[in-house]
This record gives sequence, C-alpha cells and structure tokens, in this order.
Amino acid sequence: MSGRIRVLVGKPGLDGHDRGAKVVAAALRDRGMEVIYTGLHRTPEQIVDAAEQEDVDVIGLSILSGSHMELLPRILDLLETRGLAHVLLVGGGIIPPDDAAALETAGFARIFGPGTPTNEIAEFIESHVRTRA
Amino acid sequence: MTAERPDLDALMEGFDAGRIGALARAISWFENGHAQAGEVHAHAWPRIGKAWRTGVTGPPGAGKSTLVNALTGHWQQLGRRTALLAVDPSSPLSGGALLGDRVRMDREEVEKVFVRSMASRGSLGGLSIAAGAAADLIDAFGFEELVLETVGVGQAEVDIASAADTTIVVLTPASGDGVQAMKAGLMEVADLFVVNKADTAGAPLLQNELEGMLELRAAGAAQPRVLTTIALRGEGIAELAAAIEQHRAASLADGSLARRRKERALARVKRLVVEGLRTQLWADEPTRARAEAALLGGARPDAVAAELVRQLFGRRGGA
Repeated sequence: MSGRIRVLVGKPGLDGHDRGAKVVAAALRDRGMEVIYTGLHRTPEQIVDAAEQEDVDVIGLSILSGSHMELLPRILDLLETRGLAHVLLVGGGIIPPDDAAALETAGFARIFGPGTPTNEIAEFIESHVRTRA
Repeated sequence: MTAERPDLDALMEGFDAGRIGALARAISWFENGHAQAGEVHAHAWPRIGKAWRTGVTGPPGAGKSTLVNALTGHWQQLGRRTALLAVDPSSPLSGGALLGDRVRMDREEVEKVFVRSMASRGSLGGLSIAAGAAADLIDAFGFEELVLETVGVGQAEVDIASAADTTIVVLTPASGDGVQAMKAGLMEVADLFVVNKADTAGAPLLQNELEGMLELRAAGAAQPRVLTTIALRGEGIAELAAAIEQHRAASLADGSLARRRKERALARVKRLVVEGLRTQLWADEPTRARAEAALLGGARPDAVAAELVRQLFGRRGGA
C-alpha cells in the first residue's frame, strides 16, 4: 500500500494573508498529497505540535509579515528538540535573498520566492521527501 | 527486544511512555498498511475501552468543525484528556486531500487537544478504513474523550454510527428541511440531533420538524433529543456535553453500550474482510484476465460477477 506524502501548510505569526498558502495547498493536493492546513496566526509551538500529531513528512511555512528571521529559526529549533528533524522543511513568502540563504544554511531545505510555479514546489517535495513504508 | 524489528519496539516503547509522536506514527502505519501495524494494534488492544467515542456528522457547512472545536475545548477545560479524529474525503482523481479541520481549532483551550486529520483514501463511507484502528490507538493511549468527525455524504452516517458510542447529527436550516435529513438516512443513526446556527431563520422550524418526525418512530425506541447550538459563540455547548453524558449513562445502564460495541466489532470484521478480499481478488491476475475476457466476449457484467463469486465460493452468487 502506498504511503501518501503528508504536508502541513502553516501560517506562523501575525500575518493575515493566506492566498499564497491556499494556492500551494491546493496544488499539492492535486499532486496527490494529503495537505493539512493550520489556518492563520499560529505560534511556532502550535505548528510543531500539529506536525507531530499529524505525523507529516513535510512542513511548508508561508510568511509575509517580515518576522521570518524570528519565527522560522524558532520552528527549526523546536523540530530539533522534539525529535522531528526528519521532517522536510520548506518556506515561502516575502523573504529577502540574504535571509533566504541564511535560513537554508540553518536547515530549511528550500525557501521559495514569489512567482515560483506550484509545480516546482511539488516536484521539489517529491524528490526530497524521505520515502517511507 | 528483537533485532529484526527495531522500529516496532521503539514505537511500542514510545507509545507506552505516552509520547505523542509514537501515537501519531502508529496511526500512520495503519494508514499506509505497514506490515507491522497489526502488532501495534494487538499491543494496544488490552487497554482500549476507556475513551468515550462521540461521532459527529452532518452535511458540509453545518458547522461541524466549529462545533467540535467548541466541544473539545469544553472537555479539555474540564481537565479531560481529549482527542479529535477528523476525516475528510480524498480526491477521487488525484488521491490527494486538503484537510482543513485545524483552521477552526483556534481557541486556547483546544491547544492541548490531540488532533489527527485523516483522508478517506478511497473508503466508501465517510470514515477511512484506518479510522477504526486509529480510534483504538487513541483510546488505548489514554484519552478520555474522542470525537470522530466526518462529513456527512452518502454512507458516512451509517459508517460513523458503527464506530461511535454516541452519534451526533448536526444540521442547520440551510441544510434543508427535515425531510432531507430523513432521505439522507440520518434519522436512523442519530443519538442526538443538533440544530446549529440556531440564531438563523428557520432554526425553530427545523427543530419542530425533527421532533415531529422522531415522534413518528416506533414506540419503545430510545428517542434522540434535539438540541440547539450557536457553536461559533459557544452557546449550547455545555448542554450538548451534558446530553452526551446522559446518553453515556443511559447506554451503560441499559446494556446498549455492550451490544453496540459488539456490533461495532462485527461491522469492522465485515469491512476488513471485504477490503481484504477486494485487494486479494484484483491483485490476482488470472481472475482479472478472466473477467476481462468474458466481457470482451459479450457477457453481461452481472453474469460475469455472479460466475466469479460462484467460482470463489463454489456456489451460486445471485444475479
């Protein structure tokens, strides 16, 4: 039997714009993934709790508020301490290239910028996610 | 500890130690048909039976998720360990799913609630095949209140009734009149009706209609109550929790719980047998080839099916 790729799409912080997150969520669903959407205004702790309960393979974080350098590393840390380092972590939104590079060095598999085709995101996930039974 | 199954041992150890990650992974094993999923279930089995399983179903947009958010928050606030298993349909085309129940889980009191979203993965009813096993695992893990939420389409209502101790059907004036509820098979499975969005036009009428129809049912049968809520504002939630408690006490007292759980076990056996047969049957190349050849030769589909069943069991299949 197949293990479908499970993805948590999260909106950390005080950021009310989730059009992008929803577009990505729908695109990944159409690629056959099971996508869990957290809704808006989630704390890093809530997102990591959800990822643990849902046993996801991937976390995708959308952030447009400018607080990515505070919230995203916090999520990385929490995943590490909870023993969830195996989860593929990607992000997207309004994130300057220098910050994106820093986040990728810190442990994000990829930060996707505005205008990224959804296919590209789906293919990246498919080729990088840990395959499992 | 045996060396050949380190994953299984680690998982069961984590499960026994109360690690949420272990529970979550065990559920995934069921979803993915992992070869050792059965062993985890067997390990958990002696500890089940403590959680009260409340099924919540109803048409899309009735406010199930909002209601469940309020109800689980209510229990959590009372200090009861609470879990939610939310099942949403998989897309028949892509096999993917968008599981959005967490969007409504936005109150502080639900932060401690264990929430697992499941996709139906081609299951005919509203509950995925793995949902029954997932419910057992959550139960054995030590949760006291378990809500099973499913969208009410087609067979789902009957499905959830066979998995729950108390079944709640949520309706709103917008889901149509009481006759719609009757058509959808909701009347037979509900232990409690909830008319949600009770502040909208038509709510008192719907409540009246439901109560009227319930009175027509055979005397002697337990009468489901009809409650009203405004889940978004938390109104009627304490009353709903009390009604669930009442149903629980009544089903313990009159022996219907034991009967129901026995029926539930049998329903699960039937379901798994069908699933197992289906998988085995269509994985069998000669069988499929024979069916295809017969159809190509102009045979009626019904006759082909009857012949297959006869060959499998050595007697007549009908049609």
